[in-house]
Amino acid sequence: MTATDTWNVMTRELRPVARDPFSVIFSLLQPLVFLGLFAPLLVGESGASLADTLAWFVPGVLVMIVLFGTGATGSNLQYEMMTGSHERTLVAPLSRTSLLVGRALKEIVPIVVQSLVIVAIAWPFGFRANLLGLLLGLVVLAAFGVGLGSLSYALALKTKNREWMFWAVQQSLIFPLLILSGMLLPLDSAPRWMSAVASVNPVNWVVQAERALLGGDLAASAVGWGVLSASAVCAVGLTVGIRAMRASD
Amino acid sequence: MDAPIIEAEGLTKRFTSRKATVEAVTDLTFSVAQGELVAFLGPNGAGKSTTLRMLTTLIAPTSGRASVVGRDIAREAAAVRARIGYVGQLTSGSFAQRVRDELISQGAFYGMAKAAAAARADALVESLGLSGFATRTVQQLSGGQKRRLDIALGLMHAPPLLFLDEPSTGLDPQSRANLWEHILDLRREHGTTVFLTTHYLEEADRYAERVMVMDQGRVIADDTAAHLKEHLAGDAVTLGLDSPGSADRASSLVAEVTGREVRRVDATTVAVHVADGATLLPTLLRRLDAAGVAVVSATGVPPTLDDVFLALTGRTLREANLSTADAQPDTDPVAASATAEGGDR
Repeated sequence: MTATDTWNVMTRELRPVARDPFSVIFSLLQPLVFLGLFAPLLVGESGASLADTLAWFVPGVLVMIVLFGTGATGSNLQYEMMTGSHERTLVAPLSRTSLLVGRALKEIVPIVVQSLVIVAIAWPFGFRANLLGLLLGLVVLAAFGVGLGSLSYALALKTKNREWMFWAVQQSLIFPLLILSGMLLPLDSAPRWMSAVASVNPVNWVVQAERALLGGDLAASAVGWGVLSASAVCAVGLTVGIRAMRASD
Repeated sequence: MDAPIIEAEGLTKRFTSRKATVEAVTDLTFSVAQGELVAFLGPNGAGKSTTLRMLTTLIAPTSGRASVVGRDIAREAAAVRARIGYVGQLTSGSFAQRVRDELISQGAFYGMAKAAAAARADALVESLGLSGFATRTVQQLSGGQKRRLDIALGLMHAPPLLFLDEPSTGLDPQSRANLWEHILDLRREHGTTVFLTTHYLEEADRYAERVMVMDQGRVIADDTAAHLKEHLAGDAVTLGLDSPGSADRASSLVAEVTGREVRRVDATTVAVHVADGATLLPTLLRRLDAAGVAVVSATGVPPTLDDVFLALTGRTLREANLSTADAQPDTDPVAASATAEGGDR
């Protein structure tokens, strides 16, 4: 891997985003729907204030952005494998590692932009975030996103020419990860087996870390577990992704 | 004389998919000199693309070796990649990218400075007739425009050797002619070596100086199109006679004059393949006339590369394309992904 190659791959990936920034905002539709239609239900259900509910819910929505946006990013690569431009980059003198890492790092840009937009939208409704906590929270999300994005690319590379299989695997992983993260509903009342699974779900720890960080509780043990989980996803994702890219033809 | 720009020795590729092993390319040995324009001709599944993918370092050969622009494809893959241009069968540009952006990215991939890449991108956009489309996304281009962008991307870093895999497949005749003009211009101006695959006979015939005919993983002929046609097929001279009796007499007389085997097409028609039909035909007619054999029709048709292919394999290229369309190792996703192991560079 060379830094130049990685930079060149990343800037290429970012060009369509820079040309059409609205695309980044448009893909916020789904989290906005959850924010607008699910948060009021939570308020009604728990009896807590809107501000308190948002303090609990918004960090989860930020993780949701990563889960859905970055988790699906492999489909872009799969499309480029199908149409031919991936092959072109394989013949260019770029290291395979850079081809993967450059793409994965690009994911940080939409994650940060989208998170800030969600925070800005929730702000007038009483949501408040600790600014240092938000900054650290974005770093944790970025690491988690780079790892998840790499896994998504690896899945795309492994399911070459079988688009349906990419989506089948992706969907059957994402929803259990989502529900078992306590992102939408608290897992307090979950049966014991669910709690057990959730306790080893890295997404759960990232959500809890984001809640602590944005709430200003920077020294909470959940932060440590979240950082560890995000780092682990990042390391595993990059390792698996780079291996898949090296085998790509 | 300079060293050959491509040197392949015993290049072989076997794909294993499930339990079947397919040998896509068998023991290929050849060399290409700098500045040559070589066409790899053969039916689908003949092993043309597999060979190209080995030479461009996309897949590793099962055995054998090759050097491309002086570098070994296995040990110095990165160096090979830096020195070649490659236009694959599909679209090189990413559909979401703008034309000019994609060219500039490509320049960066090959280590070009920003200003140089921008200038080169503009020059290529201009010369490949893409002015006015520079800020369009690839998705918005027509088939011919996409293909011209593919060529532009392959030329961005001015490689001394350009590989083109089926460059004109799917293009209308006008776009195809236009594409060829660009390829030929390129050679004239920069002396670029061009190595391409095609299953269009006319194309190999008309543009390539050297044709390598490939069938079932092997190169079965390698010469100029003119020589191949002259030596392997020859002009087809066909004579129509007024009766079966005349045809019998014509048969023996034509055999005597040409020294070639004469075919009886039907009761009153005979045909022979000869090297120079145009000058032979008047002689034949005079001799037959003198012998009192009544000729009612006479044609002399120059051979096509299809005749060459027929002479070499016993089947026409069209038949070969049909029979192998279902079993094409080049594009079998299972085969292609199951076997390749690449390094980081």
